[in-house]
Amino acid sequence: MSTIVNIEDVTFGYGDTAAVEDVSLSIDEGEFLGLIGPNGSGKTTLLHLMLGLREPDTGSITLFGEPAHRFDAGERIGYVGQRASDRGDAMPVTVRETVLMGRFARAGHARLTDEDREIAAEAMATVDVDDLADRRVSALSGGQRQRVFIARALASEADILALDEPTVGIDADSRDRFYDLLDDLNAAGMTIVLIEHDIGVLTKHVDTVACINVELYHHGDTVSFLESDALTDAYGRASGILAHNHP
Amino acid sequence: MSADQQVEADPQVDGNSTGDATSGRGPSIREGAELVGIGLVGVLAAGMLAFIALDWLRAAPGAVGSVAESWFAGVLTLGAWADFYLGTNVFRHPFVWRAAATGVLIGIVGPVVGAFLVHRQMALIGETLAHTAFAGVAFGMLFVALGAGLAGGAVALFGSSGTLLLVALVVSATSALGLQWLTDRTDSYGDVPIAIVLTGSFAVGTLVISWSRDFVSIAIDIEDFLFGSLAIVTATGARLVALLSVVVVALVIYNYKQFLFITFDERAASVARLNVDRYNALLIVMTATVVVGAMQILGVILVAGLLVIPVAAASQVARSFRETLYLSVLVGQVAVLGGLAVSIGASLPPGGSIIVIAIGVYLVAVAVSDRSTSLSMH
Repeated sequence: MSTIVNIEDVTFGYGDTAAVEDVSLSIDEGEFLGLIGPNGSGKTTLLHLMLGLREPDTGSITLFGEPAHRFDAGERIGYVGQRASDRGDAMPVTVRETVLMGRFARAGHARLTDEDREIAAEAMATVDVDDLADRRVSALSGGQRQRVFIARALASEADILALDEPTVGIDADSRDRFYDLLDDLNAAGMTIVLIEHDIGVLTKHVDTVACINVELYHHGDTVSFLESDALTDAYGRASGILAHNHP
Repeated sequence: MSADQQVEADPQVDGNSTGDATSGRGPSIREGAELVGIGLVGVLAAGMLAFIALDWLRAAPGAVGSVAESWFAGVLTLGAWADFYLGTNVFRHPFVWRAAATGVLIGIVGPVVGAFLVHRQMALIGETLAHTAFAGVAFGMLFVALGAGLAGGAVALFGSSGTLLLVALVVSATSALGLQWLTDRTDSYGDVPIAIVLTGSFAVGTLVISWSRDFVSIAIDIEDFLFGSLAIVTATGARLVALLSVVVVALVIYNYKQFLFITFDERAASVARLNVDRYNALLIVMTATVVVGAMQILGVILVAGLLVIPVAAASQVARSFRETLYLSVLVGQVAVLGGLAVSIGASLPPGGSIIVIAIGVYLVAVAVSDRSTSLSMH
């Protein structure tokens, strides 16, 4: 089984404030990793480092064997952010247009082909939004909308799916359906990294947990995480750094 | 169907009910009408580009020049006949044709660039760049007036008004990049650097004009640039707009997918390894050039309206982003052609006429769309 992401002794800071310190962990192909930690603990920063959006101050990160920040096959990474991170509320964009964006990295400046449209249609069918294809994204419920973003990642034929608190502000039923969908994708072989603040939901779905608060407090399977004191330790440190303001 | 599916199904109903009620024939008729409209705009634009080309080629030596001259005269003769039948005194004048050509072209590129700006929540960038263009016009006046050396060469090549616009273009594009640099490097909210550059460039513009007035005498009326005027659209100005329109439309077609993705979801676009900074810079420089072109007719103060209002109107009723682009261009054309007609017919300023018509269309779009209630739900 090959390693998708490998993080070695990574430190990253905003100015003088360390956001991530001496973190080492790796993600294997087919793994479902949950990242947990208090607000401002550096989880999002760590995810951005893994995806190559930022370069570590020290240490190294590889993505598919290449330094993450120099990795340029963007279509191999699917990304779903928090609900409010896109312009879907006011921008007139249809579900189909959104899912087709998953083909853009592959197509570059060339025209989209029928094959691109077919792959996007299959992706919509997989996440059960094909009957919504011509609707504006603004007309969808929160749960439907996040499934559309999963479809966009599937359309790009991504090998790793990165999700940053994807179900914030989404009702419980839709959230359960969303995580069941992630389970299905993972069972079909998709590697997934998920940031989620709800410990119950997280441990129910993921295989391994990385608990961080600037430093890595625990990295291992879900059972060992629940038996450890990592959560108390990590959240205990939170009071000291909550004021630190990171994006 | 399970209970949670029911829950999820609800928002669709009020979100887009009209679209689905007519999902059989409705959309295809609508799409067809839009495509016909866009086709007509394309034909109109091609005709106007041909007119500007003829106007330019008249000065060419030899046979090309004389053929262009006779065709150009032919167009004006057609205009004179139109005047004869309509009882007007409009279409026989070359300046009217230049203004109309410029209007049609900016009525396309303004909304096209605006569609991305508006949905990036950068609507005020157009206004800011228009103010920097005003500073550019002020520097341009000084540059032309100084006359010697480089300025003299430029004036010989492009004429004094052409040089003025070129200087405005360079200043505006440079300030656009400076503004982006400032926004990236300051800790304040995104609109603070915008307010600073907007007022700052106007301040510099007024200082330069007042200072140079003492020793420079120029025939250009600064009021024309503030409020727009058909009379300041020269052959060179029209040519500049023709060139920038072709370039901007080509760039948008070539980079459509990238602009769409970045506009919709910048983070996901950068994960997909789109060069977000480069496309942002390209968009902002395109905006600066469109603003300088459109400023001639609309004036510094009103030019941003042409980038924003047609898009706002289209976004109310459009079902997709592509449809938003098409409808924005159509609204832009209605506003520009209607505004020019009102302006010429009633001797009113073109900028105000165009913007008031565009706002009229916007209000109609708000009234007929079922979107406003569903938007406020979020």
